[in-house]
Amino acid sequence: MTYEAVIGIETHVELATASKMFCGCPVDFGAEPNTNVCPTCLGLPGALPVPNERAVAWTVMLGLALDCEIAARSLFHRKNYFYADLPKNYQISQYDLPLCTGGHLDVEVGGETHRVGITRVHLEEDTGKSTHLGDTGRIHAAEAALLDFNRSGIPLMEVVSEPDITGPEAARAYAEELRSIVLALGVSDAKLEEGSLRFDANVSLRPAGSDVLGVKVEVKNMNSLRSLQRALAFEIERQAEVLDSGEPVAQETRHWDEERQVTEPGRSKEESSDYRYFPEPDLVPIEVDEAWRERLRAGIPELPAALRARLQGLGLDADTARVVAAAEGLAGLLDDTVAAGGDARVAANWLTGEVTALLRRSGAGIADTPLTGAHLAELHAMVAGRELSATAAKEVLAGVLAGEGGVRRVAEARDLLQISDEDALVAAVDAAIAGHPDEFTRLREGEQRLTGFFVGRVMQATGGKADPRRVAELVRERAG
Amino acid sequence: MTDPADLTIAGAAAALRAGSLTAAGLLEAVRRRAAMTEAHLHAYLTLDAAGAERAAAAADDAFRRGEDLGPLQGIPIALKDNMVTRGVETTAASRILAGYLPPYDATVVARLRAAGAVITGKTNLDEFAMGSSTENSAYGPTRNPWDPERVPGGSSGGAAAAVAAGSALGALGSDTGGSIRQPASLCGVVGMKPTYGLVSRFGLIAFASSLDQIGPLARTVDDAVVLFEAIAGHDPRDATSYRGAVPDVRPSLDDGVDGLRVGVIRELSGDGIDPEVLAGFRAAVERLAGAGAEVVDLSLPSMDHALSAYYLIAPAECSANLARFDGVRYGPRLEGDTVERMMAATRRDGFGPEVARRILLGTYALSAGYYDAFYGQAQKVRTLVIEDFRRAYEQADVLVTPTSPTTAFHLGERTGDPLTMYLSDICTIPTNLAGDPGISLPIGLDGGGLPIGLQVLAPALGEAVMFRVARAVEALGGFEARPALATSEGAA
Repeated sequence: MTYEAVIGIETHVELATASKMFCGCPVDFGAEPNTNVCPTCLGLPGALPVPNERAVAWTVMLGLALDCEIAARSLFHRKNYFYADLPKNYQISQYDLPLCTGGHLDVEVGGETHRVGITRVHLEEDTGKSTHLGDTGRIHAAEAALLDFNRSGIPLMEVVSEPDITGPEAARAYAEELRSIVLALGVSDAKLEEGSLRFDANVSLRPAGSDVLGVKVEVKNMNSLRSLQRALAFEIERQAEVLDSGEPVAQETRHWDEERQVTEPGRSKEESSDYRYFPEPDLVPIEVDEAWRERLRAGIPELPAALRARLQGLGLDADTARVVAAAEGLAGLLDDTVAAGGDARVAANWLTGEVTALLRRSGAGIADTPLTGAHLAELHAMVAGRELSATAAKEVLAGVLAGEGGVRRVAEARDLLQISDEDALVAAVDAAIAGHPDEFTRLREGEQRLTGFFVGRVMQATGGKADPRRVAELVRERAG
Repeated sequence: MTDPADLTIAGAAAALRAGSLTAAGLLEAVRRRAAMTEAHLHAYLTLDAAGAERAAAAADDAFRRGEDLGPLQGIPIALKDNMVTRGVETTAASRILAGYLPPYDATVVARLRAAGAVITGKTNLDEFAMGSSTENSAYGPTRNPWDPERVPGGSSGGAAAAVAAGSALGALGSDTGGSIRQPASLCGVVGMKPTYGLVSRFGLIAFASSLDQIGPLARTVDDAVVLFEAIAGHDPRDATSYRGAVPDVRPSLDDGVDGLRVGVIRELSGDGIDPEVLAGFRAAVERLAGAGAEVVDLSLPSMDHALSAYYLIAPAECSANLARFDGVRYGPRLEGDTVERMMAATRRDGFGPEVARRILLGTYALSAGYYDAFYGQAQKVRTLVIEDFRRAYEQADVLVTPTSPTTAFHLGERTGDPLTMYLSDICTIPTNLAGDPGISLPIGLDGGGLPIGLQVLAPALGEAVMFRVARAVEALGGFEARPALATSEGAA
């Protein structure tokens, strides 16, 4: 039978606030275990939570970016369950009155725009981290567990989508777009591999065209966008096989095994949990009045979709616009280039090509380099004015990135300026012809590909500083 | 000369400044009293001898240098053992916290220290403040200084007994459903619960967060005012802490009751109240009327349901508040072959039967399918109680009731019957649900020589009028009696 997938995604975003959600401990990844802790985030007797206003503000900003309704009055609840890395044995979270509800996110799948509903965006606290010691590193075979509470209480934003996602590709597009918005807002470093951004997906299948929902399976433990896509593809295939065999799909949580590229059943206990939510009596309702909300709205930077549209308006094609918008700092550099009289399309090609490649090699970010929009504009002008060849331009870029100075200075220092003296070029061409009479004869007799041979000779003789197009013209003139 | 242990805070403060008494001498007198009474009473779980000596010496140094931190400088004050004290064992009278040394001071403790108070030690309570007799302490009950065969009330029974017996001049207790006022009543001392949010809960080991409030126990209304002023005020570490100004209670303290409307709650001053208590209460109301108060008879129908609502809300909150005691990070741990079994064994062993009962009750009340019928319904009753009080305060400036339906009862008398025990707090619980302030003070003795208490209730932030009326009751009542155990003859 043909099935269609119904996918909803829950996203957890660890906020990069200076301090934790309910205490003053620093949010600092990579610190020695149990050093960023206090009575509150350790759940010591008598300690109380005090909410982090910035975390609330950032959650509202994401809600606004996703066109959500912002609750004027929102509540924290206690979510009760016993777990060794949950110090109070309840998590302060939100339940029936979250900060943001009813938004949407438009994503592009196969050139078409697809709207995914956002059920809610809420705020909660993260748990500590358990490390299980023993053979397999898995909980059931562990001999002991180590607990690190540095992560305990870090603000965690949860974004819940409607089950509007129809396949692995759309899921990946949704995850990518949400990540890019989070990055644009600057509220998280959003690193999947480090767990500051986590995606869980609910997947069910139904016969194509049906509107009855099937049994849903929660898929967890996907540490990259690629593994999200692969895990969902695997899970859809798996469920289809189960259904085709006439069996029902079991409602369960499955974990993606990156090594084996399969989903595997997790602990079934989680499903039967009754979290006994009730309003957190240690906190008062969060009030977001219109003035605050509008101040936050005004502070939202240009979002990726708008940026991409604007970049296309500058002449970039859709793919380049996507790459530029997704990379940190490139769009700003492009704006500066245009402001300095440069060409957006040419600059974008350098940025997404040569510059990105060079940065990848050095491991630096664009902001760490001295490269400016003015450099890119000047570079383009020199290429257009035939002062630099396209190849030399790339070498100049490398020099500027390496801190060797401005465009012209690098071009001069590295001796890359083209020979603009026509007489010198003619002399070089004549010298090449004189040195290879046989080849020249063959060229005259119609062997056109030998034009390239002579251009190559001239380029070699001039140390690459000749303009190859002009050289080719001169060779053809001589050949008559 | 009066034994310094029998001085009021105000009296001792005057003597310290007159030079007729030193903080070290006062502490010594209080310790002598404790040495005499503790074997009978067991008011304290921990006596912090070294810490108290240091604080008394510091107070004397300050006096010598001419430094004066105010009326608590050098005064021995006891703390109910559910307020954390840095480096001093804090157990909340539970086995699950045996040996626990907190790494920080509760805000109220820090404020007392900043005011120069000498903290004598940690007083006994019903485990996690759950109870009305202090019999639920895992470390044995406290006895009533008026009759050691009887309970001191609870849960702040140790604090009330210490203040009555003179092993502290004042104390801090906590009141979730009457846990300051009821033991104050049974021990013949003054006990006050402030408006919810006026005193920081940071460092108070939570029982029911939306109801818990720390307050003073003392021998006079004036002394209660001194302690109240020392501990009240906004604390940025408690999100439920009130941000406005603390009511200024002093200017009107001695204004009397002439022209004030004093409401008598019909539902809490008739059926279910012991006839002798009722007679004492009515006599006190008569005295107020004689002093010019207008006595108003008021009906608050929701009072009949307040107890039921309380016994859903408080256990629900406690079921979560006490979840953190799992043996993972602190406290004794019983081993198990899985983390879950380790936690279960630790908790089964660590909690006493009343605490276990309330955790189970609260867990049930919050469970899927039962939440609306129990917790949800209880919250609606809570709203009705708040509404009833709001209407009542349109017709009266303060409300008065007996604090406890009976005077002190015998040890063991109610332990087998939780419901009768729960009824001990029938008069005090509604105030906690409303978040309003209340104060209990002694108004006389019953035929058996046991103290009777009256409570004055006021609307939120109405501490000024509440203390004013309490002061008038005190002045009109002339309660001077002291428990037998507070004298060397009685203890001998």
